[in-house]
Amino acid sequence: MAKEEPREFKAEVVVPYELAVGRTWTTFYDTLKEEKILGTKCRKCGRVFVPPRTFCPRCFEEMDEWVEVAQEGVVETWALINMPFYGQQLEIPFVSAQIRLDGSDTGFTHRIGGFDLKDFETVRTRVKLGSRVRTVWSKEKKGGILDIDYFEPVK
Amino acid sequence: MGKPVAIIGTGQTNHGRRRDVSYPELVREAVVAAFEDAGITPQDIDGVVSGTMPSMMEGISLTHFYFADALCQVGKPILKVETCGSTGQSLGHCGYYWVASGMGDIVLVVGHEKMHEGDSQATMTTVFDPFFQQTFAAGAPGIFTMQCMEWMYRFNIDEQKAREAAALVSVSNHDNAFDNPYAHIKIRVTVDDVKSAKVITYPVRLLDVCPNSDGACAVIFASEEKAKKICKKPAWIKGMGFRGEEFFFGESDKSVWPSATEAAKEAYNMAGIRDPLKELDVAEVYNPFTYQEMIFYECFGFCPRGEGPDYVLKGTFKKGGKLPCDPSGGTLCTNPIGATGLIRLAESVLQVTGKAGDRQVEGAKLALSHAMGGTDQFNGITIVSSEL
Repeated sequence: MAKEEPREFKAEVVVPYELAVGRTWTTFYDTLKEEKILGTKCRKCGRVFVPPRTFCPRCFEEMDEWVEVAQEGVVETWALINMPFYGQQLEIPFVSAQIRLDGSDTGFTHRIGGFDLKDFETVRTRVKLGSRVRTVWSKEKKGGILDIDYFEPVK
Repeated sequence: MGKPVAIIGTGQTNHGRRRDVSYPELVREAVVAAFEDAGITPQDIDGVVSGTMPSMMEGISLTHFYFADALCQVGKPILKVETCGSTGQSLGHCGYYWVASGMGDIVLVVGHEKMHEGDSQATMTTVFDPFFQQTFAAGAPGIFTMQCMEWMYRFNIDEQKAREAAALVSVSNHDNAFDNPYAHIKIRVTVDDVKSAKVITYPVRLLDVCPNSDGACAVIFASEEKAKKICKKPAWIKGMGFRGEEFFFGESDKSVWPSATEAAKEAYNMAGIRDPLKELDVAEVYNPFTYQEMIFYECFGFCPRGEGPDYVLKGTFKKGGKLPCDPSGGTLCTNPIGATGLIRLAESVLQVTGKAGDRQVEGAKLALSHAMGGTDQFNGITIVSSEL
């Protein structure tokens, strides 16, 4: 038998989904359209969650108390993403970050931008851990997480 | 505490890019090797536990059905376990539960992944919630970079010092991989190579990051009675710990990492370990990222918080150091994810049974193995000993 290189077989799995958002997150998205950021507060431990949670993950209590949080907060951590992969939703480069908005007790995942992101050394002069950032809203609101366009450093 | 449980055999494939075998053939390779090592036949096993990362990694759902034949499952009960990167440790825990409960005498546990067949970072990005975090996610490097930045900031660790230490971690793992016949990446690297390698997500560079590997690992668990009858030198499970955290990345403090810390505490309590740095002979820490390996040292009590880099610079965790870590070359040089946590366990078993070949830590009697999974969400630990 002729010696042959092992073969590979091309395959693809594409499955569309419709994911239920639930009432809590629908409320959150609806208020983003009004340029407000809401969290929910646990009556037992007192922590405020952004994004809001229907129940507290530690106390397991229902959370039906809504709290509006500030549109400014502190950078808990960040990473400059300049690595492409299949299905990536944002154009690279972007700065992925955890932001603790004033009045909340959790890191909110979003991006930091509004300046040139090509070079890490430039980026790090603008983004620092513990520094403050504020919300920049998208002009067109679609009822999604990118209704907040990005967070920009506060000078 | 259940009944005592031993490990009587392990088997690994040669890990790497395995275009020469289909996925079930790869799995069978590890299973056959484990049976040979234990000196038993498929007829001797009472059940099978199997696990991977998300099935999406290879585009086939319910992989344990796909591998049923390769796993000798015909006519036996089977369970699938899936906790992302920590799958391998969860698999081992499941094997332990099965035998410790007395419901099975000999159980085959297999972890596997064929990462070259899909798109690992695209798959891992789907581990994030689809409504809030997935948009900003960038697979494993994004999340681990954020974690290491937070850790350096929290403990005021000098960036250059951390960089130097992370480079040493990389060099030591790459050197160790040469002692491991199963390891994937075998290249000699210098500190300068690591520090000047291509940036993945700053400060993390190419040589700070694990590869995508194809590979499988099988481990055979047995009751005390069977182990003593079949195996001359079994390894005994002395301690286990597993902890989870909130699903959302920003809801727990990753710089002190509660799940890693508490999982270790639980395992130490069970094993009666008070001073891990002194008492453990070797550790197989799950280390897909060099910086993260240092966070684990701190969480596991190998050194005080914020001092991981200092201990690395002192040589504490390298070959011949006080507590050699990853003499196998670790996850950094070989990462077929669903198998990786089980490889850590298998390697620790080889160490305490004196079968680790060129990577043997002389006289090793007590070893820790570990794996981490999810968006830094889960941590699992198993401690094995040469003594019952």
